[in-house]
Amino acid sequence: MVSAVGGAGRRVPWALLVLVAAFFVPAAGSRFYTFLANDVVIWALFATSLNLLVGYTGLVSFGHAAYFGIGAYTTGILMKKAGVTFLLAFPAAGVVAALFALVFGFFCVRLTKIYFAMLTLAFAQIVWAICFKWNEVTGGEQGMPEIPYPDFGWLERIGTVLPVVAGYRTSEHFYFLTLVLVAVCFWILRRIVASPFGRMLTTIRENPERAEFIGVNVRRYELAVFVLAGAFAGLAGGLFGIFNRGVFADFAYWTKSSEVLIMTLLGGMGAFYGPALGALVLLWLNQQIVSVTEYWPLILGSILVILLFVFPGGLAGALGALRDRLVRRPSGA
Amino acid sequence: MLDVREVRKSFDGFQAVGGVSFTVPRGSISAIIGPNGAGKTTLFNLITGHLVPDGGQVVFKERDVTGIAPHDLCRLGMGRSFQRTNIFPRLTVYENVQAAFVCHRGRGWNLFTPVERLYRPETEALLQAVGLLEKADETSGFLSHGNQKQLELGITLALEPEILLLDEPTAGMSATETRESIRLIERIAADRGLTLLFTEHDMEVVFSIAHRITVLHQGRVIADGTPAEVRGDPEVRRVYLGEGR
Repeated sequence: MVSAVGGAGRRVPWALLVLVAAFFVPAAGSRFYTFLANDVVIWALFATSLNLLVGYTGLVSFGHAAYFGIGAYTTGILMKKAGVTFLLAFPAAGVVAALFALVFGFFCVRLTKIYFAMLTLAFAQIVWAICFKWNEVTGGEQGMPEIPYPDFGWLERIGTVLPVVAGYRTSEHFYFLTLVLVAVCFWILRRIVASPFGRMLTTIRENPERAEFIGVNVRRYELAVFVLAGAFAGLAGGLFGIFNRGVFADFAYWTKSSEVLIMTLLGGMGAFYGPALGALVLLWLNQQIVSVTEYWPLILGSILVILLFVFPGGLAGALGALRDRLVRRPSGA
Repeated sequence: MLDVREVRKSFDGFQAVGGVSFTVPRGSISAIIGPNGAGKTTLFNLITGHLVPDGGQVVFKERDVTGIAPHDLCRLGMGRSFQRTNIFPRLTVYENVQAAFVCHRGRGWNLFTPVERLYRPETEALLQAVGLLEKADETSGFLSHGNQKQLELGITLALEPEILLLDEPTAGMSATETRESIRLIERIAADRGLTLLFTEHDMEVVFSIAHRITVLHQGRVIADGTPAEVRGDPEVRRVYLGEGR
């Protein structure tokens, strides 16, 4: 299933088309749509990082928000309190989240299935509790508002020469920056899942016992992918804190972990871009339905139930099946 | 090549394997037989590191390998196939065997080159040898039972083992499939100079290809020798061959 989607991606560069289209959102849409698009792009990265675990390795983490939160606090604290430039504060989010993932993961990969899930959740709740209580560093319950934007002075200077980049607000500049950074992350993630390492992960998902007996050190691979997933979740968190204009303890709360898990399932964990699609659909639906009815959770629940029964492969799985049907018919006739 | 000494294992007080010793010489074909529940699969799991023995020693190529992890044993040259078919069901036939090559040759930690073309000639040659080349692009989980067993053998051979442990290689096969797959295993073992150790319930198979036979009964060795010796052993006739007929 995974390779089928990848095969189509090579014929039509969908990812590139979507990226180019995304650059025109501020020019074409309203300020609201730029905001929504920025939200989607960051969550897409977060969900895709989770899919390294869930979809590729078969490890269901209920505590992925921990690394998202750690990344957000890292970038937030560095930029707001220490005045560190975004150029350093952003990668730091990935590094610090990865270090925490290394420590927590060391224990988590010793367990399997539901026990693994519960331990990831436990660690995430510890992270949340510390963020919630440690007033001096994290701002505790009040959180940490007013995270500064990165410096976009250079863009405005370019704007005097190149009018195309001129005339945007800071929030829109940040949106462009997010797009570029997330695109780079997606490129790296895509390479990873298509690499020999990625193949080893799928053997673990398919059959860990057998994987051991082709020579895969299952625990070590699981720890490695746990750290990688944590790092990319941390990067997403770093971006989200700035986008959100503040970092709060609930970034690491279990509801965030479940939200990102729902996106992954809704979009389809069998396809590389499934979770990104899930992020888009979930956030867009949320905005649309909230403006009509207060029963958003009820509607979301119903959609999920239907999806899980009708399209077990998620939205991406459904699209893939539809494409197969459309492509096969003319060639078969 | 492989030396099992006084290996023991109990589960909740039930002694599954109680002090079993035998030797597999290099280049030989040896079989372990015994009625259901005799402890054959447990013994296999003790040898291959899936279970840690309560006592005793497993010596492989003059090295004490008792209780070391399967992935390390695998690197030392011990290949194993499983009684219940054990493949990567949602990967294609090609990907199954290729994954074994990638891992065994130490490329598994490469995060950045595309995996697709890696070890293609080796993988295709091996698929040819086990008779699965035409099915290379099929999803392995949808193959027939016999084909899955062939694939499992292919995965195991990709690890370039010196000794091959096969747990009931013909379980669930028809008579024709059994004959074909035994011929395949025999040919591959001869071509590659492999040492074979297998468990099997089909007596005809065992007596036709094994050089040595070890008979297990209730977790203990009751006979050990050439097929002729084992066939003539009165104890074996009583507990096993006699009962089976």
